Amino acid sequence: MSWLKYAGKRLLMLIPVIICVTFLLYLILAAAPGSLARQLLGDDATPEQIAAKEAEMGLDDPVLVRYVKYMADVCRLDFGESWVNGESVLTRFATRLPNTLLLSVLAMLFACAVGIPLGIGSAIKQYSLLDYGSSFVAMLLFSIPAFWLGTMCQILFCLTLHWLPVSGFDNWKSMILPTVILGANTLATMIRMSRTSMLDVIRQDYIRTAKAKGASMRTVISHHAMRNSMIPIVTQVGVSFAGTIGGAVVTENIFNISGIGTMLLSAVKSRDVPVVLGTVIFVTIIVGVINLVVDLICALIDPRIDLAS
Amino acid sequence: MTIAKRRKKSLSEYSTGELVMYRFRKNKLAMFGVVLLCIVAVAVMLAPVLSSYEAVSQMHVSDRFTAPNKLYIFGTDEFGRDLFARVLYGGRISLLCSFAIIGIAFVVGAVIGGAAGYFGGKVDSVLMRFVDMLMAVPSTLLAMAIITALGNGVWKLVVALAISQIARFARIVRSAVLTLRNVEYIEAAKCYGCSSLRIILKHILPNGIGPIIVSATLCLGQTILSISSMGYLGLGVASPTPEWGTIISENKMNIQAYPYLGLIPGICICLTVMAVNFIGDGLRDAFDPRTKN
Repeated sequence: MSWLKYAGKRLLMLIPVIICVTFLLYLILAAAPGSLARQLLGDDATPEQIAAKEAEMGLDDPVLVRYVKYMADVCRLDFGESWVNGESVLTRFATRLPNTLLLSVLAMLFACAVGIPLGIGSAIKQYSLLDYGSSFVAMLLFSIPAFWLGTMCQILFCLTLHWLPVSGFDNWKSMILPTVILGANTLATMIRMSRTSMLDVIRQDYIRTAKAKGASMRTVISHHAMRNSMIPIVTQVGVSFAGTIGGAVVTENIFNISGIGTMLLSAVKSRDVPVVLGTVIFVTIIVGVINLVVDLICALIDPRIDLAS
Repeated sequence: MTIAKRRKKSLSEYSTGELVMYRFRKNKLAMFGVVLLCIVAVAVMLAPVLSSYEAVSQMHVSDRFTAPNKLYIFGTDEFGRDLFARVLYGGRISLLCSFAIIGIAFVVGAVIGGAAGYFGGKVDSVLMRFVDMLMAVPSTLLAMAIITALGNGVWKLVVALAISQIARFARIVRSAVLTLRNVEYIEAAKCYGCSSLRIILKHILPNGIGPIIVSATLCLGQTILSISSMGYLGLGVASPTPEWGTIISENKMNIQAYPYLGLIPGICICLTVMAVNFIGDGLRDAFDPRTKN
């Protein structure tokens, strides 16, 4: 039961975070120079038109009033309508979330499935060809911008070789390239993280004891080292997930996937504040929940971690 | 030679800074990074000499899509603009903005983290709650939300990305200050009657600067990537202003037919970020040789 209580507490802690983040954004929005209504209406708009538009959007109220109104609506799960096309933010988000979640989860799975074995392998066989090779790949992936890698791979594999579809996200073939591109950066992190973590554990006394007992290398790694080296790796998965959702903005735009990223980008460009605010709130909640799950998994792997304290 | 003279000193006579520099200079990859970054920085600084600002937007209609040659070292794009000039001037924006972002994030983060770690108690919990709040939102999303509020523009992009990095620096500075707060020489300085500001600036900061510099360097590489990604998405720096990311996005349609249009700016970003990462890794090993595997 203790973990249930812990999970509840963690979820409640998200509420002040969301209140503060939205308040911060409202403040910046109020302090920003230039009239938002003028920008939406164009330069030809008369002062009367601008005033009418501002009244329509509720922009003529003081910041605090607007903020309290918005938060009161949010409590009723009403995230407002888009300023650009009047669609409900909640429905738009809900229709686009599945693609982004699927893409992010696939990218994380790809990064973990390839990165963790590579990292652990290079720790076990330190200074081998595998070690140097995977370190080189990790360093390369750290320095290559995802948008460039994505564009170049799209041109090579989709437009020149015609192996994969150029855009979309509806069958397994069209999912390969976006997954790999979005997972590339996390893959580099995973290789480095699991290598360092495994190297730390391998040098511990209890590993030497296990070896001295006469246990085979395979048993030592799988029974003694693996579980102990997993904690930092699992924590990293949680941290990387936030980055992956942010990275999805770029990947979705390259491959023209209808997800949160493409929605957010067009909203930022047209300064569609309700959509941006709603997206930030939702994604913050999702990331918070994922980090909570990661902490619970950590407690499951390592019984020494006490959730209650 | 100076090095030969130095060798005669016993190990204890070296200052910590000298030891760090010695270890750093022995790291071949890190030195390669320094050389590479210097080449990029000098080329970018000498942009007016190597090319000219007029060449950035000047269109040579008869010379559209010229492959790299003697006249146009990096070739020309679909409008016949000199890619060499655009990459050089684009690098100015990418590099200057990255340094500005790290600078702002470092100063603000150091003030928040320093105050939180040094004073502890209520100050600490209030400031760190603020930092936790910034940490809870993915940094790309936070930056995009701030750009929505501020609008497009190079300096607005710098502010947005700097705010999204503050939390990271505040945490590192706080933990550096926390480990040093109860050390004897800080107590001694307090007994002398040093002001809090003087203790933080003169005693704590120089001793805890190692991990801060390391993480600032590694963060710099990621920031160069973020700026060009934002440029690619059309946020902050917008075409026709050259920036490494915008150069790639404006040539996107022509890269298949003219690969150099995508390869050259992309390789520039990769090499610069790689150089910065090599330096960061080298500094980490130099400051704390125990972490070196």
